[in-house]
Amino acid sequence: MTDLVTDLSAAGRAPRRSPLLRVRNLSVTFPQRSGPPVNAVRGISYDVHEGEFLGIVGESGSGKSVSSLALMGLLPSSAQISGSIDFDGHKLLDMNDRQLSGLRGRDISMIFQDPLSALTPVYTVGDQIAEALLLHDAALTKQAARSRAVELLKVVGIPAPERRAKAFPHEFSGGMRQRAMIAMSIANDPKLIVADEPTTALDVTIQAQILEVLEKAKELTGAAVVLITHDLGVVAGHADRIAVMYAGKLVENGSTADVFSEPHMPYSIGLLRSVPNMQTAGTQRLVPLEGRPPSLTALPPGCPFAARCPIAVDVCREVEPLLASHGTFVSGMTVPVAVVGEEDTTSAHLSACHRSTEIASGALTRADIFPRPEPLDVQHPARPEDRTPVLTVTNLKRHFPLTNGGLFSRRIGTVRAVDGVSFSIQPGQTLGLVGESGCGKSTTILEILEMTAPQAGQILIDGTDIARASRAERLRLRKDVQIVFQDPMAAIDPRLPIGEVIGEPLTVHGVGRADRRARVQELLDLVGLDPQMADRYPHEFSGGQRQRIGIARALATNPRLVVLDEPVSALDVSIQAGVINLLEDLKEQLGLSYLFVAHDLAIVRQIADTVAVMYLGRIVEYGPVAEVFAHPRHPYTQALISAAPIPDPEIERSRTRVLLEGDLPSPTEEITGCNFRTRCPLYRLLDPAAQSLCATIDPPLVAHDGVDAACHHVDRNQIIDSALAFTP
Amino acid sequence: MVFYTFRRFVNYLILSAIATCLAYVVASLALDPAAKYYGRNPQPSAHVIESILNGLGVNPDVPVLVRLWNWIVTLVTQGSLGETVGGRSVVAEIVTRSGVSLQLLLLGSILGAILGVVLGVWGAVRQYSLSDQVVTYGSYLVFATPTFVIGVLLMIGATVLNSVVGRQLITFTGSYSAGLTGSWWDLLVDRGVHLLLPTIALVLTGAASYSRYQRSVMLDVLASDYIRTARSKGRSRNSALVRHGVRVALIPMSTFFAYSFGTLVSGSIMLEIVFSFHGMGEFTLQAITQSDINAVAGSTLFLAVLVLFSSTLSEILYAALDPRVRN
Repeated sequence: MTDLVTDLSAAGRAPRRSPLLRVRNLSVTFPQRSGPPVNAVRGISYDVHEGEFLGIVGESGSGKSVSSLALMGLLPSSAQISGSIDFDGHKLLDMNDRQLSGLRGRDISMIFQDPLSALTPVYTVGDQIAEALLLHDAALTKQAARSRAVELLKVVGIPAPERRAKAFPHEFSGGMRQRAMIAMSIANDPKLIVADEPTTALDVTIQAQILEVLEKAKELTGAAVVLITHDLGVVAGHADRIAVMYAGKLVENGSTADVFSEPHMPYSIGLLRSVPNMQTAGTQRLVPLEGRPPSLTALPPGCPFAARCPIAVDVCREVEPLLASHGTFVSGMTVPVAVVGEEDTTSAHLSACHRSTEIASGALTRADIFPRPEPLDVQHPARPEDRTPVLTVTNLKRHFPLTNGGLFSRRIGTVRAVDGVSFSIQPGQTLGLVGESGCGKSTTILEILEMTAPQAGQILIDGTDIARASRAERLRLRKDVQIVFQDPMAAIDPRLPIGEVIGEPLTVHGVGRADRRARVQELLDLVGLDPQMADRYPHEFSGGQRQRIGIARALATNPRLVVLDEPVSALDVSIQAGVINLLEDLKEQLGLSYLFVAHDLAIVRQIADTVAVMYLGRIVEYGPVAEVFAHPRHPYTQALISAAPIPDPEIERSRTRVLLEGDLPSPTEEITGCNFRTRCPLYRLLDPAAQSLCATIDPPLVAHDGVDAACHHVDRNQIIDSALAFTP
Repeated sequence: MVFYTFRRFVNYLILSAIATCLAYVVASLALDPAAKYYGRNPQPSAHVIESILNGLGVNPDVPVLVRLWNWIVTLVTQGSLGETVGGRSVVAEIVTRSGVSLQLLLLGSILGAILGVVLGVWGAVRQYSLSDQVVTYGSYLVFATPTFVIGVLLMIGATVLNSVVGRQLITFTGSYSAGLTGSWWDLLVDRGVHLLLPTIALVLTGAASYSRYQRSVMLDVLASDYIRTARSKGRSRNSALVRHGVRVALIPMSTFFAYSFGTLVSGSIMLEIVFSFHGMGEFTLQAITQSDINAVAGSTLFLAVLVLFSSTLSEILYAALDPRVRN
């Protein structure tokens, strides 16, 4: 059925040029010292044309990074690579390291994920960029290379490039280092830039900046770009084509519009439906994609996605489907019409699913495959109006002295980690705390959880002031406030069976063994795990399951408030939705309150009732989540919202962005007046009189139609409209 | 950076001074300089012995702190470290002997460090290969063997070699052939040949520990992203390993250099004795066997100054190699 081969390009499309990059049947296997080999990439084929922007999307372990390292020739020597990679007339897999070195950095260049470790710490940034130039141009003088490096730094938007070129990597922030990496990658006018998760380690505001720079770099050099990411939102706005990878295979490949609007492969469908979308978040439940990818050492026969696929049939478990076109666009045929072979794959929409034809023809709709779960119907306990908030924080401050370390250390400054923060959480409500890293979110929650008298301000839990609480009272309060940590791998003791992990909080509160056991069973059931699993060890569970264990542990003491510190950011995209749904369900069932700390705005919008936006230790905007997202008052909130990518190519391409300049200032810096004005997009548009107000007077949080914002110029803020270009 | 190095230098200076004073006190308490005179036949009179001890400044009847103070005052005012029991000036002894020791030490430590770094990098790059295994087991073998045994084994090897060749190819007793005449070149070659075996022994012990340390540091560096970045810019594997890998992996080695210098010095003391070099090692050992307090204190001071210089040097190296500590 699938061996029916038709040349697609004959179907009257633009004259065919040979692609810049042609990957055919690429496989990468890592032999292991003991045990079966890891099949990281299993026969993938794709093309990239000159100037094209290809997004490769996949979760961790899908083989997306390994396949791109294979085309750079940068895999460890133990890797066994087969297939062919043709790049611009070169057969890359047949070239040795020396020959490849001539291409790398000149014709193909790469940008890596972690900008903190990707630059050599002992050479200046300028020298490292100059190195890329000197390696490929023997005639270039060192002087000329250095001045070109300065130009390149300027191109990628590094302020004071002459001075910065002489700085070492440790003197650069993460965003600046990534800019320097981009400068390095475009130094020799490459034909292809491979960017491997270039923004994953960065804050959303910096991510927007870096993507903008990448787009600019592409324009300047005319290079094709392969962007590897797990974030559908990131590729939505930039990529021409999208390739989806799963378990070492390419499972879908098509134009961005096609893949986003009419995905043919159930995995892509599930992925797209599970991602919270900032536009629709909060109005509907997320669609969970259950299960986890198969182990790459022991792949089942048949389709690797079959175990998680709601529409799998017998053939799916026996025969692995090939990547083929199932489109109805070729003369209305509903049978697979092409299998990727030697021909061009550029304009086809290919997918690897036995049932793609049914999906493509509309016989199986996406809502049939992954139906949206019904909202939970829980009888809400009657909520009296005059209840005390679960948590009230008033003017909380936490300053750290900064000393110049040494024998006679002097205090040389103060880090204002938390600088006067106030908020409250009503029973059954969720407060979302958002902001860039370094804004004081973590310090705020640590202050609350520490349960000692704060440096300044007041923390009330259930109306009890923790500064004045007795020891016994504090123990009781601890029961009421629990936390779920970000990294479920690190937050659970790997040497304890999960039953003990979950029951441990109860030992502190003097619960007997038998009662503990019963409670653990109950909790496991509550978070959707099999109660029989209580004696298993953490390593037997996947990331999503471990986060459920973390949630069960937090719920063990029957808390009233759960602090969720980035509970899903360490999880793969497809797993996130299930955990978010669980958290929403638990909140309804148990009447919990959440303090939800996150940097992903879509998830905050999904789960929170109220949102507090933090910047440099202050809350700059505070109000009901729908209102804040629909009409952000503060320019910082506007910038945050507009920087967050939306997994929808149409919206993503049409919205205008409010880009913040530069990085988060150091919290030791003394900024007079409004501490956001150094990066404020509104400030730059103001007349001098208005600017001087910002420069001299620190704006207090003032209510503007139900939302508090700390900005002098909410009324004359005209950026709002553009920031909201995507709202329906 | 200059200030930082200077501050560290002053720190080391104070430490050296304390170490020397402690050595003086410990030697004064532990050694009995009068004993050897009582053993003489005919035994000198108590009066004579006391005047000898007083002359050396080591009379046990004088409180030890007073003797220490006098020793320090003489050192500061006259630049003298007192006399040996043999009646020679300790300073003069150190001056003549240190040349011999420093030749061996400098040559041994520098070559040992270079060889160790090369072997370590080699082993890391070819982890688990045959050559890596050979170097690994070889260095464990050297670790497990006392330095003087290595010296003796080398001597045996050289003797065998000489008898096979049929002439005295390698001479290994003393630091030069007494009574040799000829051009300066002949004398230099003669010195070189004498230095050969002890230097090899010292290089081996040094390289054994350096290579283990360098290997593990290099393995860390090999896995780092910036090596990959350098290769993605167009550096070949080997060139990226050297320019970006070894360069970074050398940073922690500079500290290790200072730490291991002490071990190297003690190794070289044993070698001087095995190879009959009239250096500081022999001097120190003699000083202890003869209960010569002034000589013990003097040689301790010499060693402390050596450690002082090597530590300062490693600080400078560290700052030179790593821009992150420079401010």
